Amino acid sequence: MAEFEKANSIGEWFDQRLNVKAFTKVMMTEYWIPKEINFLWAMGALLVMLFKLLIITGIFLLMYYKPDANMAFDSVNYTIMQEVGYGWLFRNIHGVGASVVFLVIYIHMFTAIYYGSYKKGREMIWLSGMLLFVLFSAEGFSGYMLPWGQMSYWAAYVITEIFGGIPFIGGDLVIWIRGNFYVSDATLTRFFMLHVLLIPVVLIGAIAFHFYTLRFPHVNNEEGEFFDYKKESEKYLAGDKANSKVIAFWPDFLSKDFMVIAVFMVFFFYLVFYNNGFAMDPVNFDKADGMKTPAHIYPEWYFLWSYEVLRGFFFEIGGVSGKDLGLMAFGFAQGIFLVLPWLDRSPMVKPANQRPVFKYWFWLLMADLFVLTIFGKLPPTGINAWVGFFASATFLGLFIALPFLTKIEAKMVGGK
Amino acid sequence: MFSLIVGLVVAVVLIVLNIVLSKLSFPKEGRILAILVILVGYIYWGFEPFAHHEMHPHVEHASYSFDGKQDIEALEHAGKDATEIKAFWATIAKIAEHKGDAVAGKALVTANCTGCHSIKSEGFPEIMSDADAAASYGVTPPDLSIAGKVYDKNYLIAFISNPVKAMHIEHKYPVGGEKVFPMPASDFMQPQEIADMVAYLSDAAQKVPAPTVKKGASEFEISKAVNKEVFETACVRCHAMNYAGIHAKTTAEVMSKYIGATPPDLSQYIRSRGEEYLHNFINDPQRKLSGTGMPRVGLTEKAESQVVEYMTQIGDSKKDEREALAPKVLIYLTILAVFALLWKQKIWRDLH
Repeated sequence: MAEFEKANSIGEWFDQRLNVKAFTKVMMTEYWIPKEINFLWAMGALLVMLFKLLIITGIFLLMYYKPDANMAFDSVNYTIMQEVGYGWLFRNIHGVGASVVFLVIYIHMFTAIYYGSYKKGREMIWLSGMLLFVLFSAEGFSGYMLPWGQMSYWAAYVITEIFGGIPFIGGDLVIWIRGNFYVSDATLTRFFMLHVLLIPVVLIGAIAFHFYTLRFPHVNNEEGEFFDYKKESEKYLAGDKANSKVIAFWPDFLSKDFMVIAVFMVFFFYLVFYNNGFAMDPVNFDKADGMKTPAHIYPEWYFLWSYEVLRGFFFEIGGVSGKDLGLMAFGFAQGIFLVLPWLDRSPMVKPANQRPVFKYWFWLLMADLFVLTIFGKLPPTGINAWVGFFASATFLGLFIALPFLTKIEAKMVGGK
Repeated sequence: MFSLIVGLVVAVVLIVLNIVLSKLSFPKEGRILAILVILVGYIYWGFEPFAHHEMHPHVEHASYSFDGKQDIEALEHAGKDATEIKAFWATIAKIAEHKGDAVAGKALVTANCTGCHSIKSEGFPEIMSDADAAASYGVTPPDLSIAGKVYDKNYLIAFISNPVKAMHIEHKYPVGGEKVFPMPASDFMQPQEIADMVAYLSDAAQKVPAPTVKKGASEFEISKAVNKEVFETACVRCHAMNYAGIHAKTTAEVMSKYIGATPPDLSQYIRSRGEEYLHNFINDPQRKLSGTGMPRVGLTEKAESQVVEYMTQIGDSKKDEREALAPKVLIYLTILAVFALLWKQKIWRDLH
């Protein structure tokens, strides 16, 4: 065992045992972040904040929630919402938080796409981020089932049904996932397990991994500039903070994050108290009834774009049924963002608006996702179905065209 | 389609605004924030107000005059013959002109109504248990103690004259059909007699004392007790309110034979349907949900708002607590945000 001298302070006592001083330097005061950033760089910290709120409120909800098809609805809408002290507040924060977390994820994700933060050494940041997106989607979907309302039930029905489209094993897979031939008590309890145990545990691990992936390539900056971190950090440590291109994670970067979080929380709690209907659909306040299909079935807003891709192909093309085409397009939409770093073949790391070709692609994609989201909620009849079809086809086309477009851009900028 | 055009116009305006903003010497972060707010606002508009507007077509607002005007207009609009319905409501209007005599009305009500209906406040008890009454009539007949207060006067006249017509359930009980509505039409009676009965019911309702509450009950409790009385008269023969421990007087089994559907528990209807829908629906169910077995019950504007308020008091019982807490939390967070801003500025002063 190493020799320990008597500590002169509590700080020293901990330092001897946990190397606190060096650890703080590595993780906080000498963890370097570029200075050329705007408030969009605070979305990561904001997501951590929202995730914490979800976990804390989730723990309180867990104390009263009953994962049983006969009791779930009333345990949420009666016990938690009306009986438990401030149960309504915890549920509103949890419900609105789940919806808003996706808003911030999308802002985070499209900030990365806009500034090219997935390229040239930052591929692992992007991949781990997309893994988090998949995990959050699974967490959101499994959680949506728990109140056991009409929308819970029918969303579960529609989404589990999707797996039936997988060749050969589809039918058996659906039964295996549901634990029954239809969405039932068994389905509820297993999704409860996924929501409160398996997915959160994996999520926490994936978040830690996402942080780790930032360590070596460093966070991107507003101009996509590559510079010598060692030289710039020496400038900072020597006291020339104003001329250094870097800032410290603590307190510089986090002070800005806290400001953004605090301002955002005003907006967030406004939604929690006054405008939570968008996150807690009225239809879900009718108890689940497998014999009664709601007039309109639609997912929460953050899944609308991929839902619209799924149902966008509503007619047979070349002998393949609309349903199968939709499933293939849906699978494509789920996976394609993951390989974005390899689809973008232009070496330019710049904000989209400074890239001659990519800027059109980016804003077209945004517009297309808006159309998909808005029409994803409307009944797919008449003109709506055709808008959905063209928007879905545009989505596929944009990603198929991306390698070619960025190759043209690469030639235009001469490999810079 | 109209909304689609509106949406596109909004989108174009937003794009133009975006371009203008980028040309102005606006601080960069402010510009990014403006674009973000516009984009998020647009998508919210798309999946909330716009989607609701598209999925829930507008219906005429609730009308409390009970003079058949909306029915006649609807028929004429559809190009159908409205002569019969016009004649019916003209008769009702004539009866309503008669000044009713409550004393004469009491004798008529005693002779004609109390065989099936109880009027507990006037000393006419229930003749059968709820279950037996439901089995005999298809649904438990209502107690009439506060009928004269809860139901509109015109509606009561129309109801006594011809219940099926007044309730808008001709599709469930067509003339000459197999099923016959348990309460017979009384359009054979003299207009003065019907006016007298309605006058008596109104008189009796005025005499019913306010429901008793515990000593020292809060304003919320008192208003809940008053509203509950109205709710029980208006809704509970068919509907349960489980979250208030109220069971429907007619069992689901008997009800489904009576109207061909099971009336839902109303505990969460304030959340699942919302205030506006409930008002429009209760006022005339057929207008919102054509073919539904639920009759128009003819509530006065006041009674209807009491019913909806009661549904809020049970289904969204923490509304007052929520509204009281909200400003406190928001003020706290605003102060926090100001301090966070000042702290950030202090730290970043050295960095620029």
